[in-house]
Amino acid sequence: MKKMQMKFMLLVAGLLASTLAAAEYGLNLREGVTKYSQTAYEMHTFTLWICIVIGIAVFGAMIVSIFSHRKSKGAKPEQFTHSTTAEVIWTIIPILILVVIAIPATKALIEMENPTTEDGKRLQMDMTIKVTGYQWKWKYDYMEEGVSFLSTLAKDSNMARQKGSGIDPNTVENYLLDVDNPLVIPANTNIRFLLTADDVIHSWWVPDFGWKRDAIPGFINEAWTNVKTPGTYRGQCAELCGKDHGFMPIVVEVLSKEDYASWLAAQKGEQAQAEVMVQTEWSKEELLAKGEEVYNTQCATCHQATGAGMPPAFPALAGSEIVNGPAEAQIDLVLNGRAGTAMQAFGNILSETDIAAAITYTRNSFGNTAGDVVQPATVKSMKQ
Amino acid sequence: MSHDITHDEMSHGHDHDHKPKGFVKRWLMTTNHKDIGTLYLIFAFAMFILGGAMAMIIRLELFQPGLQFVEPDFFNQMTTMHALIMVFGAVMPAFVGLANWMIPMMIGAPDMALPRMNNWSFWILPFAFTLLASTLFMEGGAPAGGWTMYPPLVLQGGHNVAYLVFAVHLMGISSIMGAINVIATIMNMRAPNVGYLNMPLFVWTWLITAFLLIAVMPVLAGAVTMLLTDRYFDTSFFSAAGGGDPVLFQHIFWFFGHPEVYIMILPAFGVVSEIIPTFARKPLFGYVSMVYATAGIAFLSFIVWAHHMFSVGMPLGGELYFMYATMMIAVPTGVKIFNWVATMWKGSMTFETPMLFSLAFVILFTIGGFSGVMMALAPVDLQYHDTYFIVAHFHYVLVTGAVFAIIAGAYYWLPKWSGHMYNERLGKIHFWWSTISVNVLFFPQHFLGLAGMPRRIPDYSTQFAEFNMWSSIGGFAFGLAQVFFIFIVWKTVRGGEKATAQVWEGAKGLEWTVPSPAPHHTFEEFGPVDLDKMAHGKTH
Repeated sequence: MKKMQMKFMLLVAGLLASTLAAAEYGLNLREGVTKYSQTAYEMHTFTLWICIVIGIAVFGAMIVSIFSHRKSKGAKPEQFTHSTTAEVIWTIIPILILVVIAIPATKALIEMENPTTEDGKRLQMDMTIKVTGYQWKWKYDYMEEGVSFLSTLAKDSNMARQKGSGIDPNTVENYLLDVDNPLVIPANTNIRFLLTADDVIHSWWVPDFGWKRDAIPGFINEAWTNVKTPGTYRGQCAELCGKDHGFMPIVVEVLSKEDYASWLAAQKGEQAQAEVMVQTEWSKEELLAKGEEVYNTQCATCHQATGAGMPPAFPALAGSEIVNGPAEAQIDLVLNGRAGTAMQAFGNILSETDIAAAITYTRNSFGNTAGDVVQPATVKSMKQ
Repeated sequence: MSHDITHDEMSHGHDHDHKPKGFVKRWLMTTNHKDIGTLYLIFAFAMFILGGAMAMIIRLELFQPGLQFVEPDFFNQMTTMHALIMVFGAVMPAFVGLANWMIPMMIGAPDMALPRMNNWSFWILPFAFTLLASTLFMEGGAPAGGWTMYPPLVLQGGHNVAYLVFAVHLMGISSIMGAINVIATIMNMRAPNVGYLNMPLFVWTWLITAFLLIAVMPVLAGAVTMLLTDRYFDTSFFSAAGGGDPVLFQHIFWFFGHPEVYIMILPAFGVVSEIIPTFARKPLFGYVSMVYATAGIAFLSFIVWAHHMFSVGMPLGGELYFMYATMMIAVPTGVKIFNWVATMWKGSMTFETPMLFSLAFVILFTIGGFSGVMMALAPVDLQYHDTYFIVAHFHYVLVTGAVFAIIAGAYYWLPKWSGHMYNERLGKIHFWWSTISVNVLFFPQHFLGLAGMPRRIPDYSTQFAEFNMWSSIGGFAFGLAQVFFIFIVWKTVRGGEKATAQVWEGAKGLEWTVPSPAPHHTFEEFGPVDLDKMAHGKTH
């Protein structure tokens, strides 16, 4: 028995030591890069230490009892049944400890929800970004700039994560934490986020910013941040949102104000170029090539690269009545979505060019025989 | 027919054992609290194995990064079904089983107050879970929107929504009937001289739990019914497009869900409050404050629900209120833990298997309590929420909390139920095997959550690989340990050293005054009992 006790003590000590060692390797909560994440980290550390101290006291008393008040050592049981003094003490002390924790927690919460400047005025936001969650991607709208784009899982991660892909995730850089178009924001800027969703509830979370907030269909939530250090910060959707919940990461690139200004100008140029392309007449080959690319990033998650779908939730496009029927009906369905299903209203998500190309691609692939071409201009006219 | 029974009674009149003959009469038509208790326990264990098998699939897929075994949608079906089965099929019925067996014997009652309803409330359960499990074989599969059933996601589930809703209705009906029975029994069937403050703590915790069940199961039934009409009858309770609110569901669900958490832990408090005094050979410390603390926790459980929802975007005032109210729970919970430690203090302890599981319960449940206090802090919960930190937290309170207490109770009362002592050496092996593996399983999940791994994902970034592998190894070992437990119980029921009526040297309580195995009918004559034999209470 003695030997077993020794072994147990060693085990406990070993576990404790490995825990502390692990903390040094960044397995504790992240400090992050905002004032708020720093506050959350400090609250976390403070409370953790209080818990450890209480734990040592309580488990210590238990261990003393276990080792000295045991029958095998001839301990005779006392018969006391209560002690009002002790019970009052161990009711009041926890209450005091909780008050000590509650004060900084209240301050931190006010900082998140009602941020103020040092002289007590309400903090002014410099810019607003609308974040919309979709199954399974994010859309970012720069409200003051008219710039918007979609952000989906990066192609190499997406290939590697398919079951039986044969690709070792360790060979993929930032596996599952990389996107095609990251959100780009300027440093040292108060940024207001407006969060909503189009289909189901999602939750936008970048651990280094220190918070997550739900994106709820039909409602708009608000949060804010101000990142001091330029860099790339990664996060993930935190609310279960269907089969690909694990595959809609968030990447935020924080640039200096100058770099951000030139990035923004380039974005505006690209979007203007895209406007022109909508009015151009496209050849079938051009539409098919573009369409395949759009289909594989936007549609294939549900309808599959083969067009076979995953019935009943995600119908097949191969041989589908709609895809082989009049083009107007298909355009209407893609633009406006189908309520109560995962089929989104892509009119708000993709450009007219992308929609026209993807529809053309589906009507000419997977053995479908519609054979016609849908021009971006047609989609645009139906949208209005 | 009646002649047969008379004959039967005459020839076996001396052994007080009128077990009905034949499988159908004995088990299907039983109104005996002990037989129904046994049915509940067997059913709960079967569900524990089924839900555990699903957990094994989850841990297998998470063993290393990349998708090796299942598709993401099936993974989500597994997490959803694992939780529903463990909560409603394993933990809750196991405690009802313990209540059925022990409450009448602890208060000197011949049976439960409503024996036929007792039969009905059990036999609903196999049908409820058949209905739920059948969705696994449907086109489109089982519910995959999480056990919390949040709309709009859960409504995308095709026709499994209807099966899910009706299964939950049946479970609710069963729980409510079980709770009514517990309350009616405790209030009306105590031996005439047993006052409320003479009752063992297990009886007290169950009385309070039963009130929680009656209060919140109808709320859950209402919430899922609204899901049903949203899905099939074009209502818009939870759809913003029709003027509803998806967050409304979360408020209703957690108004059920938080008391539900205490429904699963209060009877566990009761079980360890019976076991620790027995093996410390010392009365329970602070019996009255234990009762008040239990009632206090139950009351607080109704007014803290939105701490599950700090990230939905509540007003500041709401967040502050729910944070403060949640922190208060630490006070009565602390009282209970201190009282258990004070019960051990200056006792004369021995360490049989039930005591070992109870000691592990106190330590590991407290660790779950610590992470609970941390998550009560709304500003930091915006980090912890929906990560593996919360997964670690609720498995510490539900596995090393509720499940460990159930196992402790099973070892403690098994000699009384079966008439045989279990093999102490095997019991100890089961204890160490379970306790070490369960910590390898769940402790690293704290680190994963803090490092930023969200819950309910089938695949993860490579930085999380190492701890997931540890966790999976712990999971497989823990799962295997419970198969070993079946073997131990089976061996004990089949034979072994004969148990005395007293079984444990330090045990007190009316259940230890009847022979082992407990006869089919006990306390048949209504009359006062010897209060000095009661487990603990005000008279001591």
